[in-house]
Amino acid sequence: MIEQEVTCIICPIGCKILVKKDNSTCEIIDGFKCKKGIEYAINEALDPHRMLTSSIIVINGKWPLVSVKSSKPVPKNKIIGVINQIKKANVKAPVTSGQKIIKNVLDLGIDIIATKSIEKL
Amino acid sequence: MININTDVTIIGAGPGGLASAVSAKLNGAKKVIVLDRNNWLGGILPQCIHDGFGVEELGKSLTGPEYADLYITEARKNKIEFLTETMVLNFNKNLEITAVNKKGLLNIKSQSIILAMGCREKTRWNIMIPGDRPSGIFTAGVAQSFNNLYNIRIGKKILILGSGDVGLIMARRLKFEGLDVLGVVEILPYGSGLPRNIVQCLDDYDIPLFLNHTVTEIIGRDRLESVKIAEVDKNFKVIEGTEKEISCDSLLLSVGLIPENELSKEAKIKIDKNTGGPIVNQFFETSIPGIFACGNCLQVYDTVDSLSKDAKTAGRFAAIKKRNKLNREIKVIPGKNISYIIPQKIDNSCKVHFTLRVKKPIEKPIIKVKSKGIKFYSKQLRFAIPANMVEFDLDIDLDEVYKNLEVSIGD
Repeated sequence: MIEQEVTCIICPIGCKILVKKDNSTCEIIDGFKCKKGIEYAINEALDPHRMLTSSIIVINGKWPLVSVKSSKPVPKNKIIGVINQIKKANVKAPVTSGQKIIKNVLDLGIDIIATKSIEKL
Repeated sequence: MININTDVTIIGAGPGGLASAVSAKLNGAKKVIVLDRNNWLGGILPQCIHDGFGVEELGKSLTGPEYADLYITEARKNKIEFLTETMVLNFNKNLEITAVNKKGLLNIKSQSIILAMGCREKTRWNIMIPGDRPSGIFTAGVAQSFNNLYNIRIGKKILILGSGDVGLIMARRLKFEGLDVLGVVEILPYGSGLPRNIVQCLDDYDIPLFLNHTVTEIIGRDRLESVKIAEVDKNFKVIEGTEKEISCDSLLLSVGLIPENELSKEAKIKIDKNTGGPIVNQFFETSIPGIFACGNCLQVYDTVDSLSKDAKTAGRFAAIKKRNKLNREIKVIPGKNISYIIPQKIDNSCKVHFTLRVKKPIEKPIIKVKSKGIKFYSKQLRFAIPANMVEFDLDIDLDEVYKNLEVSIGD
């Protein structure tokens, strides 16, 4: 078992949670303030994910970009791959917040959705 | 001149303005008008496309544009009026606002005014970085607006000075855009942004954080060519022989924010030199009766969640037409280890929501509230850092307080 310090990012407090882990199991030693922190630290130590936000080119919109997010957290090692898909994409105005712009990106079961509405020019 | 009469007028349609407007309306103000100089609502939120907004307040993590939309929808539902592309020129102690827009000059008379002008970024000139004056030096928020709203890349090789949150978030953002982010230079021995941003924006992408370092020279004739950085000692003095030159075409500054209070100062509202914002009482009323302050023009908040919470209190009390005459007023004095505390004064016996910032990271700090040496509140926290505002509530009975309330934090 190796010890790892995980900085919790669920809330702005940023607890430093000490965990012990091997390949498939993980136990919490100290440093958490809430239940969410326990869950986060275990996931972070074994299978880290990140919410991904970026923007996509809008054609014929009042603004040249629409902000987007992943519908679910993306595995950390897939982030750059997903970002490259986002860079290639574009969307025609109007765009509505919540609209799926890329469906099932890289077959991860995750959609890339608009977080802003952009009117047509 | 167009004359307008309202119950509550709010200056600024950012998160503070929106939250206080909705709250004023829900608490009985009939006519609420929000003024903003931009042609959109939400202030800075539409360019803050990252998530993390609303975690404490709503229990879910939204992006900036989504968080803004929630309040904009709520405001529209409650028939709050917006005047965008409207610039406030001045206001006075009689609660008259002079503003201008395409229709002409506006004269707005209100029962209450709420200040929600936000803050602005410190520039190279605020921190006096010596050297040449080439292009390629941006404040982090301006770079964020170019990149996230207007789709303009600011450069190719980027160095960031200051580990404030916007700087950290921009480090990741520009990395995603394929730019070469060389590192973040921070004069303090610890990161000044939120821990989650240091983890998710720097550590995740192996972007180096140079602690105890600062920029000592800017080099470049037309465009920035390089920047000299050096290590500093405990007193922030450059250690000789540690200087090195980093080749880059852009320097981002994330070196602090200044509450925007030019209008407040002109109206002779008293300003707290520690916060840079108006001195307020427990209801967020400034030194001019009927004028309230909220959002980043009151103090620079670290999360929109606590900003909105306080803005709602300001909105609620701004909606009350007849306010209790105060019997007496006590001052709240920031003591040991505290850089500032809000409210700065209390003029009513009630439950008071205090917000404060510590001067340095402290483990297991104890908040102590005393009056004339008599302790009447103490609370132990697990830790406190300057990047995280400390908040606590306390029932204050003015009859029990002698003159001043001193709040301090013990190690």
